[in-house]
Amino acid sequence: MAATESTASPLLSMRAISKAFGGIPALSAATLDVAVGEVHALIGQNGAGKSTMIKILTGYVARDAGEIVFDGGPFEASSPQDAQAKGISTIYQEINLVPYRSITENICLGRESRRFGLLDWAAMHNEARALLSRFKIDVDVRRPLMRFSTATQQMVAIARAIGFKAKLVIMDEPTSSLDEREVNVLFDVIRQLRRSGVSVVFVSHKLDELYAVCDRVTIMRDGRTVRTSEMKDVSKVELVASMLGRDVAQVAKSATAFGGPSTHIGATTLEASHLSAGHKVHDVSFSVRKGEIVGFAGLLGSGRTETARVVFGADPVRSGALTFDGASFAPRQPEDAIGRGVGFASEDRKLEGIIPDMSVAENLTLALLPQLTRAGVIDAARQRAVVLKFIASLGVKCSSPDQPIRELSGGNQQKVLLARWLAMGSKLLILDEPTRGIDVGAKAEIQRIIKQLAEDGLGVLMISSELEEIIEGSDRVFVLREGRSVAELPHGEASEAAVMAAMAHGEAQPAEQEHA
Amino acid sequence: MAQAEIANPGVSRRRDWRPFLSRYATLGALIALILFNLAITNNFASWRTLDVNLTQVASIVIVGVGMTLVIATGGIDLSVGSLMAIAGALAPIIFLGKIYKIPEIHLAVAVAMVVSILVAGAFGWFNGWLITRFRIQPIIATLVLFIAGRGIAQVSTNGNLQPFKLDEFQWIGLGRIFAPGNPTANGFKGIPDQVLVMVVIVALAAWALNRSLFGRQILAIGGNERAARLAGVPVATVKRWVYCISGLCAGVAGLVHIAINSSSDANLVGMGMELDAIAAVAVGGTLLSGGRATVTGTLIGALIIQLVRYTLLANGVPDDAARLVKAALIIGAVWLQRRGKA
Repeated sequence: MAATESTASPLLSMRAISKAFGGIPALSAATLDVAVGEVHALIGQNGAGKSTMIKILTGYVARDAGEIVFDGGPFEASSPQDAQAKGISTIYQEINLVPYRSITENICLGRESRRFGLLDWAAMHNEARALLSRFKIDVDVRRPLMRFSTATQQMVAIARAIGFKAKLVIMDEPTSSLDEREVNVLFDVIRQLRRSGVSVVFVSHKLDELYAVCDRVTIMRDGRTVRTSEMKDVSKVELVASMLGRDVAQVAKSATAFGGPSTHIGATTLEASHLSAGHKVHDVSFSVRKGEIVGFAGLLGSGRTETARVVFGADPVRSGALTFDGASFAPRQPEDAIGRGVGFASEDRKLEGIIPDMSVAENLTLALLPQLTRAGVIDAARQRAVVLKFIASLGVKCSSPDQPIRELSGGNQQKVLLARWLAMGSKLLILDEPTRGIDVGAKAEIQRIIKQLAEDGLGVLMISSELEEIIEGSDRVFVLREGRSVAELPHGEASEAAVMAAMAHGEAQPAEQEHA
Repeated sequence: MAQAEIANPGVSRRRDWRPFLSRYATLGALIALILFNLAITNNFASWRTLDVNLTQVASIVIVGVGMTLVIATGGIDLSVGSLMAIAGALAPIIFLGKIYKIPEIHLAVAVAMVVSILVAGAFGWFNGWLITRFRIQPIIATLVLFIAGRGIAQVSTNGNLQPFKLDEFQWIGLGRIFAPGNPTANGFKGIPDQVLVMVVIVALAAWALNRSLFGRQILAIGGNERAARLAGVPVATVKRWVYCISGLCAGVAGLVHIAINSSSDANLVGMGMELDAIAAVAVGGTLLSGGRATVTGTLIGALIIQLVRYTLLANGVPDDAARLVKAALIIGAVWLQRRGKA
């Protein structure tokens, strides 16, 4: 509908934007163009550079190179406040409001109306009411924000952003905390904004939403803009393919070090049926057998990590059943799962994996430590023997077992964390993004280790956002989409096309029949 | 495994000098302070000086040990002063036979000591329960007993001073071992019992922190609680025990305090002790955010604070001014820690 004008007058043009953090490029000559009154989708996998792009635009970080033209002139924001004053407002995933203060105060924060040096409450209440009525919200604006539903709070955040007479509103996953009705309200708001000439940059991982509300889409990958097109000209599978980089001809036959499928697959170790938990897991069923690598594929926010955490007892389960080694399994704490022989390496090594100040030896034996003690006293000799054994067998490069783990490279830290569970004699290993943030050489090494572990009889549940890893490494692939397991594909059938189709539509058929 | 590889000893290890700096900085400061006193203060090199300083520092160190463990988990315990008051109020009630008269005095004292220390420990456990069960921030959770604890002590004694003169009990504050039969020329009067208690507690805690499962789990929780939980460390249990130990230490210190004074005043026992203990921990080089802790550092930290105060007093500077110096010491310690982290 607005597509014809959308190509006409550009509101924002970001050209050749580059940015590196500590020598590692986050953006390499990325571009983004948004027309007046256009709803523009910005999508990409984790680390694609979306958030860096937004942070540069809103003055949160400074760019290294490139130029930004906004509203007909060069644009430079020194801070998010500055960007807001110049017409670019951002609504973040998490709600950046003051829960204890009234709606009026939240909306008018930082630009209070004054009379005789005092706050003019009547005027402010009126302004807040007028703004919210645009969103069809009729509430008592004097009540504290925290008394209202998350949706209303979200709307207040949006109202606050637009209340600044914004020309461009950036919405970073605005629907992640909304239910269906609220999402529809939000979409009405977005359409209304478009009609009144306000542009919207819409970041979301829910593909259906993009088609519902966006005019054009920019796809980013590895810090570059890989595609910009009209929303109606691109299918969901194409979107997924572009995000994952599948449109580039893959020269290398085998991009990972997994080798072929596993040969010694045994009895079922873990079986999960119809799990639901939290906001992100609705209906997930899968199983892992002895000696098998099971891959979890899915877009960001599809519930892979959340499912893994439930299996490990780190988060509570709402419904569904788990069995482990044929017996029922209901871990309430990670300790319970560990006791049964489950290990879990989190996707965020720094935050949830390593104890940075402790040594390699202590990090390696953290889970095993209770078994290395006699009457509560650590048997240092046995501890050292275990540590040296795993340092040697996994090839951990460290100066000594006493070196603080924070000084190790990402790949070596990951090996230590793998060893933490191997030392326990775990039967099932859950690996969340096992090769993220690890350089290419170490990556292949980790992949070979995982393969070897499966050959040795371990069941492995591997979550990965890298399609090669899932397709080449997994003996079976389960595809998750919006908190549901939507497809189960054995090694041979898990082609890129099939996995991507399932990620996009929830069905594993390559969708030639699809129309945008 | 196929890719087996021996750890490469050639990888150069950058020596991490920062913990050494902060540890030896405190020790260096203590030595400098002693040297300074030897030069300036009259009669510094005497048994009497050592005696006075060690006697005064003992209860701070005992509480500081518990505090070190708490801070090592990333927490804080504001209730220690009030728990001292509770233990200090309870012990005389028992050994003076105000509720039930135990005929054998040694038994009465033993019961009084054990019960009052255990009660303080139970209150400490309650702190840990509040913190782990309801996820209350430690500073708030322990504020509850900081306020209520002294109230409990006052109510249980009706706000009365409890005077006593009882050698069977007061050994813990006034007794000495290796005391020479006759006063010696050099003024050596033996080692005060509370100093011995202090040394035992410091040694035990320092050993446990480094060598026991419990100690390593404390540091793992302080270093990265989420990672520790995902590695199966029973975070809640460990934390409850740590706060319990802090309470037990406070109980012991409370008994020492009333033994020295020959009386128990619920309004005064352990007043401001929480801050003295935290100061000793901070000056001693324990990371206030948790994960890195040194019990011997706390001992040194307490000695530094005590010695600074003594130095100023011995040289005619009033106690109020000495507080400023104490504050400056804490700032200096935190600054050192910041540098260590940067």
